[in-house]
Amino acid sequence: MNDKSQAEVKPVLNESGIEVKPLYTAEDVEKSGGYKLVGLPGEYPFTRGIHRLMYRKQPWTMRQYAGFGNPHETNQRFKYLIANGQTGLNVAFDLPTQIGLDSDDPLAEGEVGRVGMSIDTLRDFEVAFEGIDLNKITVSLTINGAAAILIAMYLAMAEKRGYDIKQLRGTAQNDILKEFIGRGTWIFPVEPSVRLVGDTIEYCAEHAPKYSPVSVCGYHIRESGATPAQEMAYAFSIAKAYADEVLRRGLSIDEFAGRLSYNFNIFGNIFEQVCKFRAGRSLWAKIMKEEYHAEKPGSMWLRMIAGGGGGGLTFEQPEMNIVRGAYYALISALSGAQTMALCSYDEAYTIPTEYSARISLRTMQILADEMGMTETVDPLAGSFYVETMTNQLRDKMVEIMADTDAQGGIVKLVSEGIVQAKVSAQAYQMQRDIESGKFPKVGVNRHRNDQQEDHPVEFHPYNEQDTQRQIANLTQVRAERDAGAVTSALAKVAAAAKLGANVMPAIVEAVKAYASVGEITREMVKVFGRYKEPIRF
Amino acid sequence: MSHHIKVLLAKPGLDGHDQGAKVVARAMMDAGFEVIYTGLRQTPEAVAHMALEEDVDVISLSSLAGSHIPFCTKLKPLLEANGLTDKLWVIGGNLPAQDHQALRELGFKGIFPTGSKLDDIVGYIRANVKVA
Repeated sequence: MNDKSQAEVKPVLNESGIEVKPLYTAEDVEKSGGYKLVGLPGEYPFTRGIHRLMYRKQPWTMRQYAGFGNPHETNQRFKYLIANGQTGLNVAFDLPTQIGLDSDDPLAEGEVGRVGMSIDTLRDFEVAFEGIDLNKITVSLTINGAAAILIAMYLAMAEKRGYDIKQLRGTAQNDILKEFIGRGTWIFPVEPSVRLVGDTIEYCAEHAPKYSPVSVCGYHIRESGATPAQEMAYAFSIAKAYADEVLRRGLSIDEFAGRLSYNFNIFGNIFEQVCKFRAGRSLWAKIMKEEYHAEKPGSMWLRMIAGGGGGGLTFEQPEMNIVRGAYYALISALSGAQTMALCSYDEAYTIPTEYSARISLRTMQILADEMGMTETVDPLAGSFYVETMTNQLRDKMVEIMADTDAQGGIVKLVSEGIVQAKVSAQAYQMQRDIESGKFPKVGVNRHRNDQQEDHPVEFHPYNEQDTQRQIANLTQVRAERDAGAVTSALAKVAAAAKLGANVMPAIVEAVKAYASVGEITREMVKVFGRYKEPIRF
Repeated sequence: MSHHIKVLLAKPGLDGHDQGAKVVARAMMDAGFEVIYTGLRQTPEAVAHMALEEDVDVISLSSLAGSHIPFCTKLKPLLEANGLTDKLWVIGGNLPAQDHQALRELGFKGIFPTGSKLDDIVGYIRANVKVA
């Protein structure tokens, strides 16, 4: 019956290129590899979840991306989100901060505080997190090129407020390899950039062992045009590159792998996404156990934020993105994510308003509180379709990773712009398919609202006076700080960079002396140089 | 196509969102245009310099992170000073409708906000470019 029903319909491939059948039976599961990797949640290979009781014990952390203007304004938004039940913070920085420029740098003109919060010195971090209990609210810093500096600032700020750094939790994105593929907030060339990631992991393993210094992002690779299978496979190859960098320094895998985390995307076919995560969990566990000989289960866990979904949202009929967001939240919950965030419906236009950010938060809360999503672990397990697709996606990821290695490894492919060219060619084909109607998109290539005006979106105002205030604050900090301590600490940053030593201790000393993001970056640029983007089509 | 069309496609400012720019670059190449893609983080000076050096017919920008008005405000006098006013100036990306009039006044005749079709962009350039 199975094969007969298939003959009656046109073949369908999912985005990862795997055929989707109209009906699955036990035979399909067997042919794809059977049930041997399904196992139990909390047990190797963790296909069903990294914890035994998952949401039954603790629902996912809700962590909307937020930050704009100066640290004071961002602090107000943080408090608003926490007052509305948000359980984590995900900090957005402005572009100058992200690429290591101070607010008064000529290149920063017109960009200060525009797409995120502006940070120049430790003083700004003190203001941004004022009144927020860092033991209750875990903070994720969306920072990459300047991650070493911002991690140092976060730890210094927490320490100053009396927190025990050894117990402090939190995450930094700090995944520079994906910045070369998409998102683009790189500063230094590829090699020293990877070295800096190694420095932060090594430093945190010793000084802040509960802090997650890296969140490897398939997310932005997917946004750049990767398929769901490529999203996972490239992320794993990148995570391995970081692990290799740290192992070279003599740490054992179990000393740091337990603090590696992931950030993945959730738009697209519901089942393809859920299976992608189930497959990815078991593949990562296998890589850690068999290739890296990890012994601690925590080292094998694919801990992840699964959220966003920006690439699936539309500019047209923006309020329909609320509906998409609800489905994305469902995907994330069915996938066993530790943390969830949703792009707000107006995010294709602007920084979300308090209202739209609250809609995203309530979407997750409704799912957790009203829909029974927290009661049973991995509820889709055992479905013929889901188990077959999980097996097939795992095979696909293995194939992509092997292909990446055969071509010289992810660092080489990224350095030469080869991954970038591949995913951008796919993004182009997808755009063509959307425009031709081959790939359905409601409101875009069908069910358009051509007769009516779209729902109005309220634009986030950009205030030039905030920039002036931020620059004035920076000037004041520079005048008040101990100039000798700054000079001496900056010299140590340059020396460590030149010697090939871990730069983190020197950076920590520099941020504590209120050296700025731009000043510390400049010291490293003197030694490392700047990245030059390969242009390849 | 009777004339060869040469396009500069630039990413202005610090914005790192280049998926759209690269998609548009490919569409232009498929249409037979010669495309000089700058990569990220171009200053107004760099854009004006490249436009002049490469002797392009079209100067196009892709801006997603909201700094299009301050950037174009600085770019306009530089393009004028380099005698590039007869070239076609085009901009695409996250461009709120409320900014379109200001962009037109800054010399950007072709405005393609998110949601624009690739064929419309290519067709507009073909119809409006002045090829020497």
